[in-house]
Amino acid sequence: MEPLTAITGYARADGSYGIRNHVLVLATVSCVTGVIQRIAREVPDAVCVPHSYGCGRGGARDLEILFRVLPGLVRHPNVGAVVLVGLGCEVSSTRSLLSRIGDAGKPVEVFNVQDDGGSLETAHKAIEATRRLAAELRNQPRVPISWSALMVGMECGGSDAMSGITANTAIGSVSDWLVGQGGTVIFGENTETIGTARILARRAKNEQVAHQILDAVDRAERLTHNIMGDLASLVIAPGNMDGGMSTIAEKALGSICKSGTTPINQVVDYAEAPTERGLIFQDGPGYDGDSMTGLAVSGAHLMFFSTGRGTPAGFPAVPVIKVASNSRLFHAMRDDMDINAGTMVEGTPRDVVRDEMISRMAAVVNGELTKAERNGMEVFSILTVGPAF
Amino acid sequence: MNIIVLHPHDNVAVALRALRVGEVASAEGGETVPTVADIPASHKIARVDIAAGSDIVKYGEVVAVSTVSIRRGDWVHTHNVEGKRWNR
Repeated sequence: MEPLTAITGYARADGSYGIRNHVLVLATVSCVTGVIQRIAREVPDAVCVPHSYGCGRGGARDLEILFRVLPGLVRHPNVGAVVLVGLGCEVSSTRSLLSRIGDAGKPVEVFNVQDDGGSLETAHKAIEATRRLAAELRNQPRVPISWSALMVGMECGGSDAMSGITANTAIGSVSDWLVGQGGTVIFGENTETIGTARILARRAKNEQVAHQILDAVDRAERLTHNIMGDLASLVIAPGNMDGGMSTIAEKALGSICKSGTTPINQVVDYAEAPTERGLIFQDGPGYDGDSMTGLAVSGAHLMFFSTGRGTPAGFPAVPVIKVASNSRLFHAMRDDMDINAGTMVEGTPRDVVRDEMISRMAAVVNGELTKAERNGMEVFSILTVGPAF
Repeated sequence: MNIIVLHPHDNVAVALRALRVGEVASAEGGETVPTVADIPASHKIARVDIAAGSDIVKYGEVVAVSTVSIRRGDWVHTHNVEGKRWNR
């Protein structure tokens, strides 16, 4: 039986569609964390994102990433309105962020602790604005949308050897289905592709993309080797080894099967928005927190996230569907896992698991909460490459 | 069925549950391999005798190299394989 796949979303001024209609309360810098936490206590439905970035890092690459990620969250299609809370003297001040955001096509209200009466008074003002914006967003109707309007991120973390046998192969078949519907699939984790450069390059749409893949994987290899030396060939977490993976190449093959079998149409930088549809490879880090940020800011409306050991992590404003690679994990963390791909070991055909995943994805697009959304398990971290000063 | 072969060219299979030494591992299609070591769940088991210095093939691709000779039915992991050299 074909899964039910009629979907709806929220029309945005820039022509994109969101699958959520959140008020995002975003810190510009770590100094205002307490203000954001106070807003979160008072307005639990708002997506509140405190973080430890925004100042103290002067490297050009770190600044490039910072000024791509924070404006990218503001522009994200799942965000209907924004409350931006700054300090005043930070590098990524509200003023410098707003100049990079330009016309967001949505309400953006701005507060600064150094101008708005200090922490408590700023929080009170921001709480009032957040409540008002949330009430406005409630009136916006959903409209029918096409899968070709959607981008889905494919992530894995806390893997075991079953991840690459059950969950990731099932996710790969969802990737192929989405691309077949005209949608966009993005996967990253360059350190999880080490040892598989030639396999991935063979799938490139053209020579240029093939070279970009080889370059990306080669950079990841050299970076890993420079930092870890002879241990580099075993740069996998202890939990991965307990799960039976002996080398990073073995782990990598189990990881990249999430991308399915279609041609790779484009390679994008970390948190960079693709200009192509179909399958996209992001030259971003393997660490799942940083990686999810890159995929989301690139425009992923939702993500599949496979795990074998069991990570409960979600992402702010972006639904994350957790796929357990084994039944033991699914039952041990039933509060956190959305899909049990472990049934494939017990004889359930991959196509049956795939169809269950497509049906769940459609329901999530239409508003059904993922376990991570329901549990408030949002994780937000940004890739950094240089030291703090 | 208590092991899975991911690709026909593979010289290792994956245990779907923990296997005791002496137990017979069986894959879809009728292949059987008597185990010569305990195999933890989701770990690799050698489908054939593997000489020292040989490629370990899984997913139809080289994932590691053996550091010692490995007997058919033995557990294959970091004690008897290592990663391939970089940049080759």
